[in-house]
Amino acid sequence: MGLDNSEIEHLASLVRITLSEGDIEMLKEQLPRILEQFELLNEVETSDVLPTGHAVNVESVMRQDELRTPLSTAEVLSNAPNVLGEHIRVKTVLEE
Amino acid sequence: MVELWKLSLAEMHGLLKEKSISSVELTQSYLERINSIDSEIKSYITVCGDFALKQAGEADRRIAKGECEKLTGIPVQIKDLIATKDIRTTCGSNMLADYVPVFNATCVERLYEAGAVLLGKGNMDEFGMGSSCENSAFYATNNPWDKNRIPGGSSGGAAAAVASGQAPYAIGSDTGGSIRQPAAMCGIVGLKPTYGLVSRYGLVAYASSFDQIGPMGKNVEDCAAVLEVISGYDELDSTSLQRPTPSYSDCLDANIAGVRLGIPEEYFSDGMENGVRERVISAVEKLKSMGAIIVPVSLPTTKYALACYYILAPSECSANLARYDGVKYGYSYQDTEDMWEAMGVTRSQGFGMEVKRRIMLGTYALSSGYYDAFYLKAQKVRTLIRNDFDAVFQTVDALVAPTSPVVAFEHGDRTDDPVRMYSIDVCTLPVNIAGLPAVSLPCGLSDGLPVGLQIIGPHFSEGNILNIAYAYERDTEWSGAIPVID
Repeated sequence: MGLDNSEIEHLASLVRITLSEGDIEMLKEQLPRILEQFELLNEVETSDVLPTGHAVNVESVMRQDELRTPLSTAEVLSNAPNVLGEHIRVKTVLEE
Repeated sequence: MVELWKLSLAEMHGLLKEKSISSVELTQSYLERINSIDSEIKSYITVCGDFALKQAGEADRRIAKGECEKLTGIPVQIKDLIATKDIRTTCGSNMLADYVPVFNATCVERLYEAGAVLLGKGNMDEFGMGSSCENSAFYATNNPWDKNRIPGGSSGGAAAAVASGQAPYAIGSDTGGSIRQPAAMCGIVGLKPTYGLVSRYGLVAYASSFDQIGPMGKNVEDCAAVLEVISGYDELDSTSLQRPTPSYSDCLDANIAGVRLGIPEEYFSDGMENGVRERVISAVEKLKSMGAIIVPVSLPTTKYALACYYILAPSECSANLARYDGVKYGYSYQDTEDMWEAMGVTRSQGFGMEVKRRIMLGTYALSSGYYDAFYLKAQKVRTLIRNDFDAVFQTVDALVAPTSPVVAFEHGDRTDDPVRMYSIDVCTLPVNIAGLPAVSLPCGLSDGLPVGLQIIGPHFSEGNILNIAYAYERDTEWSGAIPVID
């Protein structure tokens, strides 16, 4: 199972990671070798098998929608890289 | 007087309770030891000495009032993937190199309530992704038994710190073996609890349906005592299980007469080192001589566990790590006005190569056209692996196997080949896939390096597997062996 440069670049664009040419070359060599290992699963008969999401049975948890004290604005912003007053400053999202 | 760092938790507790030592003295002795040897081992990312001494002072005031629980006044190292309020929590990543949580993980809250003293945060593979601790963005940790070798991973800092007497115990996390494998490679005890037994609130997510927090210590008794404090229901974790947790220490009576132990043939594979095989087989003989009934068993789907895990865990990771966008917290590339460029460069510079590789793999497995062939298929195989364990636990009480097929290898030995690196997780991954508890404990040395014995049980059998481990430990000399650090 081969992956060409454009497939690697497409994948990188989906995950929003800018790759260097060196990264692309390395991943082009490594990813197919890893994916090849995955093909082992094709030999398992699973047509009547239900998928497992969690290995221990977990149920949806509900609680009353009651008022609780949230973190303060200062706490919420304390790790933000670019703050303007009480807001997080972001790059332009919508162009005019 | 014996050096304090050599004592077990029970011994420290005894001295603190009778006021022969104070928590401040105990904490100071650990800080001095860290100061003198951690430049050689590199087991800590952050040491918080002032914070620790303040907590130790508070613990001493509690002890003076007669409030001395099992962990009161005793120091701990916590893996740097677990949120500690006001103490930076890096996950071993450049992405979070300056991140300071504004809240504590539930397990940290519980340890603090019990009077624990935080020495600092343990080195690890970035976001828990790795088997050698070489994927830390800061530095690799060295194995105290041989500094040219890896300590295992991803909780390598925790295992190395306990093995070298730089923490009496540590809190790690285990997604595919990250507590047990480094415990095995550093010659300590590590327990991965049943999924849902310990709250994951404040554990930075890697693969949410696999991640579980657990104790790492010098011996089985210590791990049982720590598990008692950190386990139990937490409403802040929606997968936390509502059931009473027993006193695990009370489960330790060392009586294993008539206990049925399965030996799964698939865990003794061709890739296993002879030294490991010999030590584990000799441990099985030992357990038999103590009255356990040894039953050869088969778990035929074991060979699919590696592929199953390396599809599902990266898939979950690719979703979990989408949150690191350089906007709300974490590393942020600011030198552009273009939003997408900022995000792409932030994630490129913030993440290391293994993390990028797993995000890419996971996204591939989840993408249109491959979802059924990879992700859904792996989830179905996950069911079959779980069924295999369910079936075998109808006939045996626990399984005994190696923790890792190899002993600690030299730094750099597997870093260029991810497939070879992933392959050493073969004995630990199935346990996470099925959400089971398993403990690793030392069972001897191979070429001077520790070998780990793994005991796997059905869901919620922590008391039982710890007792089997305890029985073995009491009758052998391996736990608590101290490497010479020059």
